Amino acid sequence: MTPTGNEAMEPMLEQHPFLRGLSKEQLSALAQCAALSSYDMDDYVMRAGQPANHCHLIHKGQVAVTVHEPRRGHVVVQTVGEGGVLGWSWLVPPYRWCFDGHALQATETIALDGEKLRAAFDADCCLGYEMLKRFTQVFGERLHAARFQLLDVYKN
Amino acid sequence: MPRNATKPEVSSPASADGGAASMAEPMLPAPYRIQRQRREAHDTFTLDLAAADGGRPPRFAPGQFNMLYLFGVGEVAISISGNPGTPETLQHTTRAVGSVTKAMEKLRAGDVIGVRGPFGTHWPTDHARGKDVVFVAGGIGLAPLRPAMYEILRNRAHYNKAVLLYGTRTPSDILFKRELKQWGGNFDVDVYVTVDRATGTWRGNVGVVTQLIRRSPFDPGNCVAMICGPEVMMKYAVDEFRRRGVDSQDIFLSMERNMKCAIGFCGHCQWGPNFVCKDGPVFRHTDIEHLLNVWEI
Repeated sequence: MTPTGNEAMEPMLEQHPFLRGLSKEQLSALAQCAALSSYDMDDYVMRAGQPANHCHLIHKGQVAVTVHEPRRGHVVVQTVGEGGVLGWSWLVPPYRWCFDGHALQATETIALDGEKLRAAFDADCCLGYEMLKRFTQVFGERLHAARFQLLDVYKN
Repeated sequence: MPRNATKPEVSSPASADGGAASMAEPMLPAPYRIQRQRREAHDTFTLDLAAADGGRPPRFAPGQFNMLYLFGVGEVAISISGNPGTPETLQHTTRAVGSVTKAMEKLRAGDVIGVRGPFGTHWPTDHARGKDVVFVAGGIGLAPLRPAMYEILRNRAHYNKAVLLYGTRTPSDILFKRELKQWGGNFDVDVYVTVDRATGTWRGNVGVVTQLIRRSPFDPGNCVAMICGPEVMMKYAVDEFRRRGVDSQDIFLSMERNMKCAIGFCGHCQWGPNFVCKDGPVFRHTDIEHLLNVWEI
């Protein structure tokens, strides 16, 4: 992982679909928590059980969310691509990743520092509520997709 | 759709444009010889058929189906999966899931089956002219959409963007791999494939096909969506299109019901006021929206 400085983060944040429509002030607050991270193919973006310090907004590339099962190896649960949001374990205790995430290709993310984000949400409840609504939508979509996959609709 | 796959049935004609040859005797199967049987996936195969008398098969429109009759076993409704631009060979792709299709799987080149059709409504390739075209296929649902894709590619200049979103169970269940690669290699076609469960060396998308809709490149205000797959998948696909602002009038689905006569006589495929064999299998979403959430009709 190669974090870079957070200057010029605001325009990138503004263009990310997850943050579309936020005010200048809100984007500015988030920019204080943001840094660009890059990963080579097969690098791990997150490891299950490790501290979940960042929320990743995928800027380029694709990440596989996987779980390791001793007999089956790494099972891919889903993939998250450009414009997607990766990880929310930074939001709720105990702030540890539940899944592995590894880059399927060269990937760039906007890494938002989890601790700073939580502090920013606490300091500005309007920002916190707005962001929570957006994360809740992501949770809902993921839950919906997981249920859909469980249905195994393509089975005979 | 009389989804290349699933339900054992029986048949007859009412085609959109073509099929005149069989209209006179819609219940009478014409003998067709199998030219080739090609395996598409572990449970899915394609039959290439030619009229046994050497004649030309009736013209068909993308989305229509034929009734295939395996003598002494039974008849099934199977969507036509071939290229409408090369009608001399009739192609049907199906899964071996019932008694008829399992017996069909054992057929080889030279064997003869009966064919009635083509029947039913077709994909709105005319209505889609001048617009983006978005295909959403789930599993075997790619087969009935394939003729529409051929049609769009044959008349590429008449359409804006062409996008194919295809979801299936595992990488080994992906159909028409060669064509998907070829279509995806075209600079003017976007092909996205996703699987519910990754296996082996798969490095593509994992997740449900409906999630591809929200990030695929099309203009919601000027597009036509054609959806074919399991009903629950189609329902959620429609939700995604509606969320992106696509008008219900521009969303089309291919429905599947158990068909017998295929000409709207027997009532086996009746779905509310519709006979799926005659009024479908391709329906405009606005016309069937009220039926999609009804548990039993």
